[in-house]
Amino acid sequence: MNNNQRTPLFHISKRSALPWYSAWAIRGSAILLALLLCGIITSLVTGENPFQIYVAIFNGSFGTIRKFWVLLQNIAMLLCVSLAVTPAFRMRCWNLGAEGQSLIGGLAAAACMILLANKLPNWAVIVCMIVFSILAGAAWAAIPAIFKARWNTNETLFTLMMNYVATQLVAYYCVVWESPKGSGNIGIINPNTQIGWFPTIGNQKYLLNILIVAVLCVVMYIYLNYSKHGYEISVVGESERTARYVGIKVDRVIVRTMLLSGAVCGLAGLLLVGSTNHTLTPTIVDGRGFTAVMVSWLAKFNPIWMILTSFLLVFLGRGASEIATNFGLNRSFGDILTGVILFCIIGSEFFLNYKINFRKSAEKED
Amino acid sequence: MKKIIALLLALALCVGLVACNKTSSDEPADEPANEPATTTVKAGFIFLHDENSTYDLNFINAAKEACEKLGVEYLLKTGIPEGQECYDAAAELIDEGCNFIFADSFGHEPFLLQAAKEFPDVQFFHATGTQAHTAGVSNYHNGFASIYEGRFLGGVAAGLKLNEMIANGEITEDQAKVGYIGAFPYAEVKSGYTSFFLGVRYVCPSATMEVTFTNSWYDPTLEKEGATKLISRGCVLISEHADSMGAPTECEANNVPFVFYNGSAADACPNTFIVASRIDWAPYMEYAMECMKNGETVPADWTGTIATGSVKLTEINEAAAAAGTEEKLAEVKALLESGALKVFDTTTFTVNGETLTEYLADVDDMGDFVPETNVIADGFFHESEYRSAPYFDIDIDGITNIDA
Repeated sequence: MNNNQRTPLFHISKRSALPWYSAWAIRGSAILLALLLCGIITSLVTGENPFQIYVAIFNGSFGTIRKFWVLLQNIAMLLCVSLAVTPAFRMRCWNLGAEGQSLIGGLAAAACMILLANKLPNWAVIVCMIVFSILAGAAWAAIPAIFKARWNTNETLFTLMMNYVATQLVAYYCVVWESPKGSGNIGIINPNTQIGWFPTIGNQKYLLNILIVAVLCVVMYIYLNYSKHGYEISVVGESERTARYVGIKVDRVIVRTMLLSGAVCGLAGLLLVGSTNHTLTPTIVDGRGFTAVMVSWLAKFNPIWMILTSFLLVFLGRGASEIATNFGLNRSFGDILTGVILFCIIGSEFFLNYKINFRKSAEKED
Repeated sequence: MKKIIALLLALALCVGLVACNKTSSDEPADEPANEPATTTVKAGFIFLHDENSTYDLNFINAAKEACEKLGVEYLLKTGIPEGQECYDAAAELIDEGCNFIFADSFGHEPFLLQAAKEFPDVQFFHATGTQAHTAGVSNYHNGFASIYEGRFLGGVAAGLKLNEMIANGEITEDQAKVGYIGAFPYAEVKSGYTSFFLGVRYVCPSATMEVTFTNSWYDPTLEKEGATKLISRGCVLISEHADSMGAPTECEANNVPFVFYNGSAADACPNTFIVASRIDWAPYMEYAMECMKNGETVPADWTGTIATGSVKLTEINEAAAAAGTEEKLAEVKALLESGALKVFDTTTFTVNGETLTEYLADVDDMGDFVPETNVIADGFFHESEYRSAPYFDIDIDGITNIDA
């Protein structure tokens, strides 16, 4: 028996820590590989020049000043929901209910705008919107949190199911508050009086959202990294038993962190309804609750890195619709390219943690 | 090192390409200096979904047809939700040089109206909306078509099929029950299914109808379930007003004939698809673009008819339709065109056993739900006359809402 034949062609082993430049070289080459793959797929499938496609993707976000503002607004909203799920994720508590928690926050905001208009002064309506939407988001997260803390139910399934309840509730209220009757459509709320509309700063209607989320991002970073709460979250995430041993009340931390998670989601819903859209539809959160999982995970639950990852996802999404418009391709084509790019980026994480060792003889032949 | 060089090269390439793109986009800006007397139209279209929705596909086809016929440059934006995104999409199209903006979904209206106020030099057109005739924004327009005439014709085809089934002994006269899957229970849908039902009863007087709602414009699963429910309740023919292929495929699987909307389903359902009515939006788009070119004003509210080519029937599927359908439809169509036959003739239907002599409809959509206009005169309900979007929202005898 030949010894060589029994050795596999390659085997995988865990890497020790990589120096930063090698890590970034791996990530950079993953992106280059992704662009190359996208180029090949584009030319083969559509016959378009891949470079023009890249330019279109770039222009989707940076083509005009307006597109740049829309980019920032979309980053802000995605980042807001991502910041919301991150504290729970750090605790290894998989809150997949951000979509529903944001929707309920938006529902509370819309309810205040519709029901309190002409009954309270505008500032009081806005205060009510802020309070109730944050409370509503928190309450939506509290239900699965209490069940998890008390009876150790599975928070992943529970929060996921709460999304559907929220969507149906919003669909119901869209019918209750519909205009015109029977259309199932609320339309712009208080279009003439603008009651409950958040103020705009310097003629830029998205600036307020962007500033709020920027502040929130910094606060969340400090909270998670430099506060006692943040430390407790990390310990519970590492090991619940250790946390108990050092005297952390695990149940309390779980409920408190989920409340925070839901409250920030409620804030996202508030901004979407009160500041951006001034209406409510069952699709107003637009899947951000799920995209946020990817944003948070790709950034390794670090709020500052999440600015970059949410930029990446929004940039690719805007690029996808730009391609659809400019080349008459279906939006799904843009989504395919986004999929290829994300696959390469997530795949590169594998090569950061593991290395492939080829059979010695193969190396000799080189 | 090689990698860094490669990265730098790629970056340089990107920057170079972007720079090239900028110069090329600057060029058209110089052109208006020698502007001709007529306005050059560049059209931008906003669609709720993409071509997988039969509703949006109908618009996309019309947009391409109209623009190619008139040699107008155009851009299409698909998948635009009914929110601030609609405003942003319109504004982006205007940044790209579009001066003709068209949106296809009812919920786009308030956001498009907001854009119309902000860009007075751009003409905005919104299909199916209700607010243009009262909004007082001169560059904002609504358009629709008297699709109830098309649905009436579809109903006649369905009624002939029922008659054939009765004659063949497949069903008795009392079993001539039609099922209808509607999206939302409001005027646009009610006007549609009532005209369809009146068409059925025009040739098959014993027919009754059951209606179910999905509360969504596009939900293949709910539409399929709606068809299943109606078929299990004994409906022998199905029609619908929603935008997916959910119901037709279910009808084909159960061998139940159906009348469709928006476009033909003959390819997917060769044995059961009878005929479909649809609005052809191309005449409205062409008319609006011609007006813009010549500097004429487009009315705030425009209703297309069979005569303008806006209401159309697809090819009749001989495999499913009753014999003689084509001749009968041609005959009824001629009567509708001449005005001798009115779809909503008040002698042909009753409400709680009584014939209507007047009816107040909420024509001016001020958000108050106050009906203010009497729309019954000369023995018929004047649909789409006081505004293009339908306002017939009466529950007539013979139609049962099974969700109520």
